[in-house]
Amino acid sequence: MSHHIVEVKNLRHVYPDGTAALQDVSFRITHGESVAIIGANGAGKSTLLLHLNGYLAPSGGEIRIGDFLLNRGTLPEIRRTVGMVFQDPDDQLFMPTVYDDVAFGPMNLGLSGAELERCVTSALERVGAGHLVKKAPYHLSGGEKKRVAIATVLSMSPDILVMDEPTNGLDPYARRQLIGLLKDFSHSKIFTSHDLDMVLELCERTIVLKGGEVRADGPTREIFQNDALLAECRLEKPLSMQGCAICGSAVAVSLPLP
Amino acid sequence: MASIDGALLDFKRLDQLAEGDTVMHRLDPRAKVLATLVFLVSVVSFGRYELSALIPFFIFPAALIGLGDLPAGYIIGKIALICPLALVIGIFNPIFDQAVLLQLGPLPVSGGWISCASIVVRAALTVSAAIILVAVTGFPAICRAMERLGMPPAFAMQLLFLYRYIFVLTEEGGRASRARELRAFGKKGRGMASYSSLLGHLLLRTWMRAERIHMAMLARGFSGAFHSREQSRFGAAELLFLAGWSILFITLRMHNGSQFIGSLVTGLLK
Repeated sequence: MSHHIVEVKNLRHVYPDGTAALQDVSFRITHGESVAIIGANGAGKSTLLLHLNGYLAPSGGEIRIGDFLLNRGTLPEIRRTVGMVFQDPDDQLFMPTVYDDVAFGPMNLGLSGAELERCVTSALERVGAGHLVKKAPYHLSGGEKKRVAIATVLSMSPDILVMDEPTNGLDPYARRQLIGLLKDFSHSKIFTSHDLDMVLELCERTIVLKGGEVRADGPTREIFQNDALLAECRLEKPLSMQGCAICGSAVAVSLPLP
Repeated sequence: MASIDGALLDFKRLDQLAEGDTVMHRLDPRAKVLATLVFLVSVVSFGRYELSALIPFFIFPAALIGLGDLPAGYIIGKIALICPLALVIGIFNPIFDQAVLLQLGPLPVSGGWISCASIVVRAALTVSAAIILVAVTGFPAICRAMERLGMPPAFAMQLLFLYRYIFVLTEEGGRASRARELRAFGKKGRGMASYSSLLGHLLLRTWMRAERIHMAMLARGFSGAFHSREQSRFGAAELLFLAGWSILFITLRMHNGSQFIGSLVTGLLK
């Protein structure tokens, strides 16, 4: 199962305007791991994600997905292996109906007829969106859009799921539903998010980016307990690790005496 | 922005109507597109003073509303929205064209009034045909039908994207315009200048979104061609539908149907 491995070595990216977005980023994610990439705005998270399926080409260093070194020739295979779910589902759902959208990837892979039908249905069932199959994307709610967006990627049976801010803009119920769904996936998973409570629930490992460099890489709980590191990277402990602000149990805030 | 939001909701209503399952909905979209095309050409090609010959053409929208199980009130409401616009186009005709063409009892009717009425009737006919076509076919299916009828695939793709993102774009435009209004405090704000930069931003945002969509397409193996899973076929029912309507339209175009029915009735009365 070596094709579930993501290996990034000394990755560097400089935008055409001269901004160095990534400098010497290295990590290795193995089969079945669930990893969060966190950091302040502009730390390089999105740039890094866009490299993972070859949308941006590295200015230096290399990326290996499974047995393939990412380059022009391996791009089609890598794009099938790495399922990318974008932050705004409106960018991802561009076809007239949910069915067409979920079928878009498999059709590009050459599926048709009953096989295509089966693939689309099972992807939609997987995310609990089977009843939406005939709807137009713009008639869906935010949570539904997100789940369908995930189905569009699942239908290509990727080995690695990459998601940019998956819980962004969802109501608490839809967020909870999505977290439950993602927990069930056995793929290797890479998330970027500012929803650190979600990170705590879903990812056993966290990579912290700061100014385009890997500032820390380790078990999520350890990283979230390092207050100095979090403050330095413009981050904060997840709410579930902070004390209760109302009942007062283990509150770290000091109140003025009466 | 209430009007834009309202118009959007109507798009959705048309989409929902297109999900119906009647004889009309099941016909191959190509047959419906072609029949509507023949209808439009027949109606538009009449002379400017023609009025009575146009009336029998209402049978097409009426029949499709019936067969397609469409809400007549809703469709008529849509057409009524367009009529004032047509009226604006024709309103000056009675002023410029005062030659009396026919005498309605003691009332002389000038050519201007007739051509004005003709414009309104034509608008009602063409708009109703277009709305009904979308309501029984659905916009994406129409695009695909046109592609299969020979329209370049790039155009079809453009139209599909337009239809998909017109909702997103209007929402974005609506938000931007609301934000401007809220800070203009009921005055003109900075007038046209603020609108031009608003439009510029909208264009840039559209550009950026287009890039992200392209990215999403590439991520799912897009290589330049849209694959279609169209299985409909042009069978006997489609041929009958197309030939039947086309013959009727061309006949009605060549001969004045109203006059014919009128003379039949008066002949019977004699």
